[in-house]
Amino acid sequence: MTGELGQVALCFALALSLVMAGAGLAGVRQANAAARGIAVSATLGLLVFTALAFGALTYAYVTSDFSIQTVANNSNTLKPLIYRISGVWGNHEGSMLLWLLVLALYAALVALLGRGGPRLTSGAVGIQGLLAVAFLLFILFTSNPFLRLDPAPFEGAGLNPLLQDIGLALHPPMLYAGYVGLSASFAYAAAALMVGERGWARAARPFMLLAWIALTCGIALGSWWAYYELGWGGFWFWDPVENASLMPWLIATALLHSALASERSGAFRTWSLLLAITGFSLSLIGTFLVRSGVLSSVHSFASDPARGFFIMVLIALAIGGALALFALRAHTLQGGASFEPVSRETTLLLNNVFLVAACACVFVGTLYPLVLDAVSGTKISVGPPYYALTFAPIFFALLLLVPLGPRLGWKRGDLKAAWRALYPALGLAGVAALAVLALISPRTVTATLAFAVAGWLIGASLLDIRKRKGARASAFAAALAHAGLGVTLMGVAGTTAWRSEALEVLGPGQTMQVGPYILRFDGVARVEGPNYIADQGRLALMDGGKVKAMLRPEQRFYPAENQSVSDTAIRTTGLRDLYVALGDDRGQGRFAIRAYVSPLAPFIWLGGLVMALGGILSLFGRLRLRAPAPEDAAESQAQAAE
Amino acid sequence: MNSRKKRRLAFVLALVAAGGVLAAAVIYQLGQNTMYFRSPTDVATGQVPEGVAFRLGGLVAAGSVARGPGAQVRFAVSDGQHAVPVTFKGVLPALFREGQGVVTLGAVNGTGNFIATEVLAKHDEKYMPPEVVESLKRSGHWKEGEQ
Repeated sequence: MTGELGQVALCFALALSLVMAGAGLAGVRQANAAARGIAVSATLGLLVFTALAFGALTYAYVTSDFSIQTVANNSNTLKPLIYRISGVWGNHEGSMLLWLLVLALYAALVALLGRGGPRLTSGAVGIQGLLAVAFLLFILFTSNPFLRLDPAPFEGAGLNPLLQDIGLALHPPMLYAGYVGLSASFAYAAAALMVGERGWARAARPFMLLAWIALTCGIALGSWWAYYELGWGGFWFWDPVENASLMPWLIATALLHSALASERSGAFRTWSLLLAITGFSLSLIGTFLVRSGVLSSVHSFASDPARGFFIMVLIALAIGGALALFALRAHTLQGGASFEPVSRETTLLLNNVFLVAACACVFVGTLYPLVLDAVSGTKISVGPPYYALTFAPIFFALLLLVPLGPRLGWKRGDLKAAWRALYPALGLAGVAALAVLALISPRTVTATLAFAVAGWLIGASLLDIRKRKGARASAFAAALAHAGLGVTLMGVAGTTAWRSEALEVLGPGQTMQVGPYILRFDGVARVEGPNYIADQGRLALMDGGKVKAMLRPEQRFYPAENQSVSDTAIRTTGLRDLYVALGDDRGQGRFAIRAYVSPLAPFIWLGGLVMALGGILSLFGRLRLRAPAPEDAAESQAQAAE
Repeated sequence: MNSRKKRRLAFVLALVAAGGVLAAAVIYQLGQNTMYFRSPTDVATGQVPEGVAFRLGGLVAAGSVARGPGAQVRFAVSDGQHAVPVTFKGVLPALFREGQGVVTLGAVNGTGNFIATEVLAKHDEKYMPPEVVESLKRSGHWKEGEQ
C-alpha cells in the first residue's frame, strides 16, 4: 500500500506544483492578489504531499518492503535502523525525492516569510513551482522510487558498505540543503527581474545564508568522511564530484559578499543577480555530473542516458531562461551607487573577482576531461598539481585581503587607518611564521606563509570581536567566519607539510615507528558487527615499555553486499591525529599496516564548523532585524528620484 | 573622459589583463598536469613513453597477484588481449580482487614494468570504472550488460 500511497502523493504534488507555478507567476502583477493566495496554499500543499511521499518511501525502507524495487536494490533486513533510513537517499531515486522535499521546504519558507513584499514573493514561489514541476516530471518518468517488483525477493541487495557510515548518512541531506537553498536565491533573482525589485538581495539573504551554511557543513562532512573512511589519510582529492560541491560554495560565498554591497550601498546589483543565477546553475551542473554517471565515483549510482539527458535539458532551460530574463530586464534594476577606489565596495569587488576566478579554475579542471572525451574520445584526468598551481594561489591572494574589507568604510575608506588598526594582526602573523620556522621541521616556504596568513586572519578577527563588542551581530558573524578560514588553512598547511607516513608488513609482536609514535602489532581478531564480520587489527601505542592505548583498525566484510571495506582507527590529541589502517593479509598472521601522523588535521573541519557558526550567527542576527534600516529607505528614495 | 570613466577603464583593463594571465596559467597547467588513460594493449604495443605518468585500467589478471617482499605487491592488469605487470608498494584497497576492475596511476619503467603510485578499485559490486569498460571495449572483451 505505501508504495501506491507515495505514487499518488507524487501525482498530487505534480498537480499542486503546476498550480503553484501558474498562480505564483500570475501573482507578480499587482492586481492578481487572489492568485498570490492560491500560490501560497499550493506551496504548502506541495510540502505536505512531498513529505507524504518521502514518508511512504522511508516507511518502506524501515519495514524492508522488498516489493518496491529501490528498496530491494538498496536495503536489506540486516542493516541497522539508521542505515535503513539513510538508505532512502543512498540511491538515485530516493536522493531525487529528498531533493524535491528540500525544494518544497524552501518554497514553503519563501511563501510563509513573504520577504520583499507580496509580488516578489509570488514570483519567487512561481519560479520554485516551475523547478518542482521539472523535478517531479524527472522523478515520475525517469527515476520513480515506487516501482514495484513482482515477485518480491526475500532479501534485499543491501547498501554499498562505504555509504553505511554516519558521516555519509548526513552528507547528502546537508549538501542538498545547500544546492536547493541556492534555488531560493535563484528564484528571488528571477522574480526581482520580473518585478523590477531592487531590494531583492535583502529579501533573499536568509536563504543565501542557509544555503551557504549547509554547503559549508556538507563539504566539511564529505571531506571528513573521505579522510577517515577511504584509508589514504587525505582530506581532499580534487575529485570531480568534490569539485561539483566546491563550485557552488565559491559562488555562494561571492554572492553573500556582493549582495552585502547591493543591500548596503546599492553597488553590484545586477552582478549579484548574475551570481545568484550562476550559483544555482552550478548546483544543477553538479547534480548532472554526479548523477548522470559520466564520472567514476562512489556518487554515481546508476548511469541511465535518459536521466543525464533530462537534467541537461533542465539545465539548459533554467540557465537559458534566467539569462534571457536577465538580458531583457536587468536594466530596470541598474543605477548602482558610485564608490571610491579605497572603500568597502572595492574590497568586496576584489573578493568576487578572486572567488569567481578560483571557481573558473575548478570549472575548467573538472569539465575539460569530459569535453575532451566527448570531442575526441581521449580519456584523461586532471591531477591535483593543476589545482595546487591555479586555484591555491588565487585563494591565497584572496585570504590576504580578507582582514582589510571590514575595516574600510562604505563608499570611501581610509586605507592608512585600516592598516594601522591591523598592526596587532600583522604582529600575530609574524609571530606565527617565526614560531613555525623555529619550532617545526621540515621548514617549508608554503607552510610558513600559510601560518602567517592564518595568523593575519585570526588576529584581525580577534580585533574585530574585541572592538565591536555589543555591536551588530553581523560584524561578529563575519569575524567568526573569517577566523574559520584561518583555522582551516592551518589544518591544511599542517597536514600537507608535516605528515609522516609508514607502511610495513608486521607479524604479531613486531613494532613499527611512525613520526614520534611506536606501534606494536598484537595480531588480528575476528569480530562481528550488526551486519558485517571484521578482521580487527590490534595495535598497541607504546610509551616506553607500557601500553598507552589500543588502536583497532578493521577490514569489514559485508556478506549481504559481498563487499569489503576498511575502517581506520584514529587517535587524536586535537592537535595531531595518529591514523592507522589495516591492509591486506600477507599470510602467517602478517598484515600490511599503514600509519600516518597528521599534525593539525582536526583543524581542517574545525575551521569549517567555525565558518558555519559564523553563518548561523549572521542568520539569526538578521532575522531579529527584519525591518529595513532607515538609511536604506532614504537611499532607495534617492535612487527612485534619479 | 572624466576621472570616474578613466578609473573604470583602468579597472576593466586590469581585469582583462589579469584574466589573460589566469587563462594562460590555466592552459599551461592543464597541459602539464593531465594524465592520459591507457589500456594494457596501448602499453604492450609500445604507444606509451617510458617515465610519463598515466592511468592504466583493466582487470586484475587471475593468478597474477604476488605479495612481498615487505609491503610490495605485484600483479598484472589485463584487457583480455595483453597484460601489463604492475609493481605497487602500499596498501591495496579493500575491494581489490583478482578478476575485478582496477585503475592504477603510475608510469612504465625501463624494463616494461608499470610502477604504480596509487591503486583504485571499483567502489562496489555493480559498478565498473568507465576506464575499465573502455579498456575492455577496445580489446573486444566487453559484453554489454556484463555489469
